[in-house]
Amino acid sequence: MVNNQPKISVENLRLSYGHREVLHGLSFSVAPKEILGVIGPAQSGKTSLLRCLNRTIDFVSNAFVSGSITIDGEDVLRTSDVHTLRRKVGMVSPLPVGLPLSIYDNVAFAPRCAGIKNKDELDARVERCLRQAALWDEVKDRLHTLGTKLSGGQQQRLTIARALSHDPEILCLDEFSIAIDPVTTMRIEDVLKELKSHMTILLVTNLVQQARRLADRTMFLWNGEIVELDRTEAIFSNQPRDKRTYDYIHGLFG
Amino acid sequence: MRRELVARIVLGAMVAAMVLPLLAIIAYLVAKGAPLISLKFLTTNPTHGMREGGIWSALLGTIYLVVIALAVSAPIGVLCAVYLNEYAKDNWLTRMINLAVVNLAGVPSIVHALFGLGAFVLFAGIGRSILAASLTLAIMTLPVIIASTKEALAAVPMSFREACWNVGASRWQTIWSIVLPNSLSGILTGVILQVSRTAGETAPIMFTGAVFFKKIQSGTLFAYSLTDQCMALSMHLYTVTTQVTNAPEPLPYAIALVLLGAVLAVNAASIVVRSLLRSRKKW
Repeated sequence: MVNNQPKISVENLRLSYGHREVLHGLSFSVAPKEILGVIGPAQSGKTSLLRCLNRTIDFVSNAFVSGSITIDGEDVLRTSDVHTLRRKVGMVSPLPVGLPLSIYDNVAFAPRCAGIKNKDELDARVERCLRQAALWDEVKDRLHTLGTKLSGGQQQRLTIARALSHDPEILCLDEFSIAIDPVTTMRIEDVLKELKSHMTILLVTNLVQQARRLADRTMFLWNGEIVELDRTEAIFSNQPRDKRTYDYIHGLFG
Repeated sequence: MRRELVARIVLGAMVAAMVLPLLAIIAYLVAKGAPLISLKFLTTNPTHGMREGGIWSALLGTIYLVVIALAVSAPIGVLCAVYLNEYAKDNWLTRMINLAVVNLAGVPSIVHALFGLGAFVLFAGIGRSILAASLTLAIMTLPVIIASTKEALAAVPMSFREACWNVGASRWQTIWSIVLPNSLSGILTGVILQVSRTAGETAPIMFTGAVFFKKIQSGTLFAYSLTDQCMALSMHLYTVTTQVTNAPEPLPYAIALVLLGAVLAVNAASIVVRSLLRSRKKW
């Protein structure tokens, strides 16, 4: 395999909502099987960036995107098959969302939408994804109860299982830990370390230490611009290249 | 504490002011009309210049009008609301359509009647008939069904839709498997509430298909055909009270009681359906 070709490559990405530009020309690339941490204060454009990657930005009626995003050499912004794209890019949202379906159907939802009907194949896939999300042991005896009745931490792992259910090659996590307790957070972090062996991961987080623990490289996004993107050790060293990075990481911002 | 007491008394009095008249109306109708009501009253045609006999042709006519009107307006209204709420982009055209829907819901029924007369009876050449009257009623209920369905759809949290889109589901897959099942009780309630409105309206059918008197075969549900004119309960009540001299005194009350009873029964059914669906509410 050509390993030096980037998995995701973003060139001069600009995004505006109406007349307000929120991403001012981002350029960066992500290598295969890398964890890229994205840190930055609220309103810095982290979530908007992820929404561009899987084209759910299409659902925001006044959004206008320019520049280019390529995943495996395919132009994301101009692809005609957004559904295949979204299956390739798994997305975990900040607040856990259990769909009002059974636990089983929550995980089987995406494969079914993709046209998989075979019961055995669905069973195997549901079990694999729930195991990957470290949820299987807790729910294996009640797969047909409602997913919305699980606790917050369990629902977030269910969300991750659902994001894995369509075999994504890239997994985007958007502040996945803001609604769950530290113990569950650590469990999910362990899950991510394992997934890294065969997946590219974009980890948007408001916990800078989480990026430090997991990310190979870290990007500091501020007001829609990349302030700094470097190896995580360099970012968290006492001498990052930009003073703003130091201030943000050490809580001296503003 | 005093304020709390005052608030309780005032608010309680308002509730009483709403409930008591309803109870009074029902009690009045039952007292005056109940003696006349029997199975025979419901299932025989009016006779002797509507002074004797039953109300069968009017009852069946109302059933025909309501069923056909809703069979037309419910699917169109629900699908239209799905489009407006789930597909339409937020632009000036959508806003115009929404405004039109709201305004159409406020148009007086007599105006709908004139439109029905012009469009269905004369222009389309259907003539005064059950079909023309039902279509007029359908036009009248359409905007209300659209509005109530849109509300039911909007009550499904946006995060569910986003979760579906994120895993590669298309808009229709999202609507079919998540949005519609979880808004069904609201949609059904909105539609069923229109049954009572359709059954009670007199103006829209007066010009378009309802007649003072028509004798039909009793004992069969298929006594009317779509191109027939028909009697209707609301119209019959109007006729008996204002046009028929020397009608027996309990007759209008009995007709009103049947109309009210039918409407209450349908509304009660809607409450049962809604509570059944709500008990399966999933979040």
